[in-house]
Amino acid sequence: MSEEAEDTMNSEEQQEVEDKVISPEKAEEAKLKARYPNLGAKPGGSDFLRKRLQKGQKYFDSGDYNMAKAKMKNKQLPSAPAEKTEITGGHIPTPQDLPQRKTIVASKLAG
Amino acid sequence: MAGPGGDMQWCFSQVKGAIDDDVAEADIISTVEFNHTGELLATGDKGGRVVIFQQEIENKNPPQFRSEYNVYSTFQSHEPEFDYLKSLEIEEKINKIRWLPQKNAAQFLLSTNDKTIKLWKISERDKRPEGYNLKEEDGRYKDPNTITSLRVPVLIPMDLMVEASPRRVFANAHTYHINSISVNSDNETYLSADDLRINLWHLEITDRSFNIVDIKPANMEELTEVITAAEFHPHQCNTFVYSSSKGTIRLCDMRASALCDKHSKLFEEPEDPSNRSFFSEIISSISDVKFSHNGRYMMTRDYLSVKIWDLNMENRPVETYQVHEYLRSKLCSLYENDCIFDKFECCWNGNDSVVMTGSYNNFFRMFDRGHRRDVTLEASRENSKPMQVLKPRKVCAGGKRKKDEISVDSLDFNKKILHTAWHPQDNIIAVATTNNLYIFQDKVI
Repeated sequence: MSEEAEDTMNSEEQQEVEDKVISPEKAEEAKLKARYPNLGAKPGGSDFLRKRLQKGQKYFDSGDYNMAKAKMKNKQLPSAPAEKTEITGGHIPTPQDLPQRKTIVASKLAG
Repeated sequence: MAGPGGDMQWCFSQVKGAIDDDVAEADIISTVEFNHTGELLATGDKGGRVVIFQQEIENKNPPQFRSEYNVYSTFQSHEPEFDYLKSLEIEEKINKIRWLPQKNAAQFLLSTNDKTIKLWKISERDKRPEGYNLKEEDGRYKDPNTITSLRVPVLIPMDLMVEASPRRVFANAHTYHINSISVNSDNETYLSADDLRINLWHLEITDRSFNIVDIKPANMEELTEVITAAEFHPHQCNTFVYSSSKGTIRLCDMRASALCDKHSKLFEEPEDPSNRSFFSEIISSISDVKFSHNGRYMMTRDYLSVKIWDLNMENRPVETYQVHEYLRSKLCSLYENDCIFDKFECCWNGNDSVVMTGSYNNFFRMFDRGHRRDVTLEASRENSKPMQVLKPRKVCAGGKRKKDEISVDSLDFNKKILHTAWHPQDNIIAVATTNNLYIFQDKVI
């Protein structure tokens, strides 16, 4: 930029440039506003906080939830071999006879 | 960084967890906490599991002091649940673990997810009874007619078994998501805080709790701030603090009134209004608050800095440390990828002279208050040879990047260290990356 061009910059523009130089935050804000012109002025307002209060996925009902869980389990669960033979009839089962809960996968930190 | 007896040098000690890059969500570590002696180290994860490590000391004599943390117990603390009324899933993720001071042979800890707090008893069993009169060794009952003599059962040694059992379940007291639990110094009560309310519990009583703070506005449209963290004072059982999403901390005295909506002290640093931007409030939100061990100071963590407050001075912090100021010129992208909402924790060392907090790229920072020095270290598998000294890292904010420096644009924002813990007495630290737990110790303990 030639010296002459610098001289012709009016004071307002100069202030803007200074702002950007002084405050990287304001420059970032300008960037954000450029990308999302519909963004509300108050980010800490109730909309934003209310979204935070209701975090977590909403399901239609408990059936919907259980279906989603079942789908996830089929994908994620490592094959749990059916080592325990089913005990039916014969005698009243003791705690040792009952099959272990299959849902618990040990943490890798403990491995 | 100089410590008593020379420069403090951090060395790699151990790393726990899987090496593979494909991280299952359940394995994401969500909390790390040493117990009061530092002998036990507990971690909680997104899958609702707790893993407890126990310290085993190999060589007590400095400078060869070596200790190792090995798995002591692991259990499933919380399971996923479904809130039928709101059709929302209740995550099993463990938000916080807090140990109770030890009273007898067993260890107790509180673990909480978004809605339910549980008191777990961890006890050791190294003997088992043998020689029952009415039962066979495998548990089947004998026919009483076959018994001709009596004997006294004896206790015989067995392999150590560590059992975890839930002793109390504190449920149904929180409409919003629990972010903190804190055990009182009276050893009888504890508090649990969610986004809008704080409840006081007695450790023995599960069917009721007292609400001590309620900031829910009558009209939810008027909601302007939420509670982000809360903690009891380490010695004064009547005092606790809670921090907010607006960057303020309120200190409350339970002797003043039953409902502590009116604070006794309000800690807030005045902000220059001309510096205000869209991001100001978001980055001022306090993600963690911790009292110093001596009870005279408290530390708060907001997105870019760590502040130390003197409890006797409300109008500004006594010390401010920049964690990663170079991120200020990246706030736009950090907002877009949600990283600006990351909740970093912070911790004190045993004598309150050094504070530590995490950052991105698996970096973590330590600030030595006395010597006014700070250091950036990295938790990575590349620096994981036994007793390998960690080399200080440096981020280049702009301009010419020197050799060994890393530029801001090369930082991996998916590698965040949100949870760190410092042994209550020694220079041993636990640093959690996404799914690995690193343990580092000072070369000269």
